[in-house]
Amino acid sequence: MMPNSLTLELKDLCCDRDERRLFSHLNAQIESGQVVQVAGPNGSGKTTLLRLLTGISHDYDGDILWQGQSIQRHRALYLSQMLYLGHLPGTKKALTPQENLRWYAGMSTAGKTVTDTTINDTTINSALSKVGLYGFEDVPCYQLSAGQQRRVALARLYLTPAPLWILDEPFTAIDKRGVAELEQAIANHAERGGIVILTTHQDLDTQHFKNIGLRTIDLTDFAGAIEYDE
Amino acid sequence: MTLRILQGPSSMTSDSLSTAPATDTAPLEIPDINLWSGFAATFKRDITVAFRSRGDIANPLIFFLIVITMVPLGISPERDTLALLAPGMIWVVALLATLLSLDGLFRTDYEDGSLEQLLISPHPLYFIVISKVLVHWLMTGLPLTITAPILGVMLSLPNQGYMPLIASLAIGTGVLSLIGAIGSALTVGLRKGGLLLSLIIMPLYVPVLIFGASAVSSASEGFPFVGQLAILGAFLAMAMILAPFAAAGALRISVNG
Repeated sequence: MMPNSLTLELKDLCCDRDERRLFSHLNAQIESGQVVQVAGPNGSGKTTLLRLLTGISHDYDGDILWQGQSIQRHRALYLSQMLYLGHLPGTKKALTPQENLRWYAGMSTAGKTVTDTTINDTTINSALSKVGLYGFEDVPCYQLSAGQQRRVALARLYLTPAPLWILDEPFTAIDKRGVAELEQAIANHAERGGIVILTTHQDLDTQHFKNIGLRTIDLTDFAGAIEYDE
Repeated sequence: MTLRILQGPSSMTSDSLSTAPATDTAPLEIPDINLWSGFAATFKRDITVAFRSRGDIANPLIFFLIVITMVPLGISPERDTLALLAPGMIWVVALLATLLSLDGLFRTDYEDGSLEQLLISPHPLYFIVISKVLVHWLMTGLPLTITAPILGVMLSLPNQGYMPLIASLAIGTGVLSLIGAIGSALTVGLRKGGLLLSLIIMPLYVPVLIFGASAVSSASEGFPFVGQLAILGAFLAMAMILAPFAAAGALRISVNG
């Protein structure tokens, strides 16, 4: 189902924000089956790094290579294999969870995806029930609680065939049981050969990740020595 | 840098339409992207959202109605005076009503994070912008075009002016929405973008206003007006091709910052 081996390579990545060096000479090779936790204190550039990896932002020096090819040059290809979940849920409050996910399905790879799984209402409803929103399919999102709205966004994880998941603080506003389920989903994804890159301030429950490579990239290790120009 | 560009000719076509990677080192699966599915999904979503928040849509229309109703009260109820003012008045107010609604074009998407999702969709942003602009036009330009004849009666527009009024507004508001999308995209990342938006967009609206209003006034004086409509049509064709590109580029910059 998934390509056998995937690699995301960060080569000598440097990023400045407002004349402040967030990180520099960041080298990493991330491969199929790995879960990578990007760690670091507030303001160390975790979200910035994830946004670089999604291609939303491209203010960086160095290279980001997906399968050995620059993500900027093979944009559509890369984007069709990536799922990004940011701080903001990317769902419309006026719409129901089902409508939100239908939009997402249309926006990802047209229902026809890399693996030819089609996303339809049945799969959308089953994804919603997996995140505990069974019975809320037709309730407008503004009537849902903050955690439930977050879960609408998380339901994408159960819909997407994308092998690369980039998750920014996925556990925000999710209850304990939800966190455990989400960790399980992340671990399952890695076991199937996918890649997960995430930021979180919670400690991941190692029990879920015992069979797979759980790595940490600590941004403080790459924190920029401020380089003064002569 | 130059070396990498030389690797393969198809790698030069940088954006979303390029599919096959030129190098054979690591074969990637080619995404099966149907260009219209992103367009259709966004169109459907935006139309649904628009209908569920009808108050926002009614805003420009009500502005249009109120201002035009005020004109005879403020200036003169004299038929001849009003007939003279009618074409320009209707056009100016339609333009302002459009401008009023522009700020929201990308703002809500920006605030709830769906703009990020739009940008990282494998679909070309060009079509997605067109789809959002189309919804914007259906929710502002089209209602303005439909109500304009009624307001024409209020301003005693001569009979021969109605067809050009409808035609010029239908084409012209399309151009206004498309050009407006550029300004809206440029200012979406700013907290108070309203004033800047008007300053960016107003100069670009002037030619549309001149030819739109002139089509109606020529017609009501009994002169030919097809020339002005043709120019408006040319504006529309050009805006359709270029404005979504500019807006898409502006969105990438706004979200990046």
